[in-house]
Amino acid sequence: MDISTQNTEAPPPTPPRSTAVHKRTARGATRPGDRIFLGLSRGSGILLLVIMAAIAVFLTYRAALAISKDDANFLTAFEWNTNLEPPTFGIAVLAFGTVVSAIIAMALAVPVAVGIALFITHYAPRRLGGPIAYVIDLLAAVPSIVYGLWGAIVLVPHMTGLFGWLDHYFGWTGIFEWQGGAPRSMLTVGILLAIMILPIITNVSREVFRQAPQMHQEAALALGATRWEVIRMSVLPFGRSGVISASMLGLGRALGETMAVATVLSPTFDISASLLDPGGGTFAQNIASKFNEATTFGQDALIASGLVLFVITLLVNGAARMIINRRKEYSGANA
Amino acid sequence: MSTAPLTDKRPSTLRGASLPKWSPWAIAAGSVALAVGIGLAAALDSKVQWGLIAALLFVFGTYGIAARVEGRRQAKDRVATSLVWVCFIVAVVPLASLIWETVKRGVKAFDLYFLSHSMGVVADNEPGGGIYHALLGTLEQVGIATLISVPIGVLTAIYLVEYGRGKLARAVTFFVDVMTGVPSIVAGLFILSFWILILDMGYSGFAGALALSILMMPVVVRSTEEMLKLVPNELREASLALGVPKWRTIIKVVLPTSIGGITTGVMLAVARITGETAPVLLLVWGTNFINNNPFSGPQASLPLYIYRQYSAGTEVAYDRAWAAALALIAFVMILNLAARGIARWKAPKTGR
Repeated sequence: MDISTQNTEAPPPTPPRSTAVHKRTARGATRPGDRIFLGLSRGSGILLLVIMAAIAVFLTYRAALAISKDDANFLTAFEWNTNLEPPTFGIAVLAFGTVVSAIIAMALAVPVAVGIALFITHYAPRRLGGPIAYVIDLLAAVPSIVYGLWGAIVLVPHMTGLFGWLDHYFGWTGIFEWQGGAPRSMLTVGILLAIMILPIITNVSREVFRQAPQMHQEAALALGATRWEVIRMSVLPFGRSGVISASMLGLGRALGETMAVATVLSPTFDISASLLDPGGGTFAQNIASKFNEATTFGQDALIASGLVLFVITLLVNGAARMIINRRKEYSGANA
Repeated sequence: MSTAPLTDKRPSTLRGASLPKWSPWAIAAGSVALAVGIGLAAALDSKVQWGLIAALLFVFGTYGIAARVEGRRQAKDRVATSLVWVCFIVAVVPLASLIWETVKRGVKAFDLYFLSHSMGVVADNEPGGGIYHALLGTLEQVGIATLISVPIGVLTAIYLVEYGRGKLARAVTFFVDVMTGVPSIVAGLFILSFWILILDMGYSGFAGALALSILMMPVVVRSTEEMLKLVPNELREASLALGVPKWRTIIKVVLPTSIGGITTGVMLAVARITGETAPVLLLVWGTNFINNNPFSGPQASLPLYIYRQYSAGTEVAYDRAWAAALALIAFVMILNLAARGIARWKAPKTGR
């Protein structure tokens, strides 16, 4: 993103909380205009905190309404029947599907994204690097529903060949067994999610790699290191934590993705060992596809599953931010 | 960028034997030819498999040849280079296909009629119909969301940069960061539980706008914060030294200096929420008819329209979905390009 680029290139911005400004604040704040303005801006900050708290509180409240009537174990049941008397529903299948699709997406996207980031910063001809980075920035802005439409109509037919090949050579593992149904399975979802989060991970990683100290790289070159050795010895170690946090941001996106999964997956409410057979589901996809037929109670049950998703993404993002904050020089917030 | 010193490969007596400059191209051409041969011989019908075979041949071929001529270290370097190139090409194919397919299939149903008519009384399997109602809904919902989140976002950023010290500011910063990662469907569920289930307000464009503003606020805060930090401190000090109160300094000096960057951030945030489908699906419900009033009754929205047309599953509905996707991408891209244009044009001069 251009914004973060400018920031990171700019000389470390002199923090406005330097003494000169703040000595003034103490006296300035006594003026009524100042007091009102401070109140307004502090109020907005507090409002944001209140919203975050409200999200947790209201989701928990409605979720508690639903879970208290749940006849099955909410965490382990393999069913989602909110219209039964008594209702039975559980998130085991959704949790499994969400984690599996996110793992596939990460396994595919992170190495490729690191490769592209290195390509842009260290390998591409100089005239190409800038425009490529720009285009990838733009691709990060493509709405997820468009990825979903493309995935369902264009990508799915193209997966048949790959699925047949995987089944033929790796079917014996059980993971890649394929019964020959439409390739609307967890693997396809994982591949589509990987394509979606690729631009995000690439953007943040590229920022970090670009800031790898030039001196280290030149020193390594001067000692006779090849380009790959320079990257392995000076660029990658410098960028490691940045790549980790970029991946976590991508992971957060993959976990919460709704529409791309809802269009591509043909969901069933069970866990199958094979990644190629249609089946499974994710939290967000289940909410989107069950919502229109749900009664008020059914909506509460979906909110309960949304609460679990919220907690998971909160943990993932919190961890990513902690890692980023340890190294303040760059920020992935705009990615 | 560091490419210049790295690519400097002048011949020197101090260097060992090295492959000629054209060797990567030759190996690439060789492996493509070989892959096509293998593909034809083994009757592999998928071109993707041909491509994979070619890529593998290229990587191993490079290593083998370079290891023989230049030694192991150079060979590893060449393999890394070719892997990076392969990564780039592997990623470009689907992303290019996405844009290409959207444009190719989108232009089929995309015309003035499509932009100016709704889907009222058009069945799924009939041609015709358009996105007017969806466009209207999206513009209203995004407009309301922007009106809500820009003042709150900008004021929060001002608090963080100009006033913020201590625990409160740290907490706000952390939770703004975390809030950027809240999945859109969770924001939708929150408004659903609060606005529709507890306050019993019914589905409306406004409910959708509330959820969108939750998604938009943290983005606006972050980008505005970054921009305010770029304003040179001397400007603030000069203004304060003239006896101008702090709040007037912020409004008259700090904000005008950074207004270009703030606009850019807001436009990028608008582009981001325009494409959000999940909260709209939960809160706005969708309709085929024109509803001008965002405060009562279901509305349509562009992303939701794409989803509904895709779910309808007929050929003409697919055409409409692609055309709407084209309209959505065009809108988002224009916003992005304009935002970047403004950023470049109005960038604060920081002496670089």
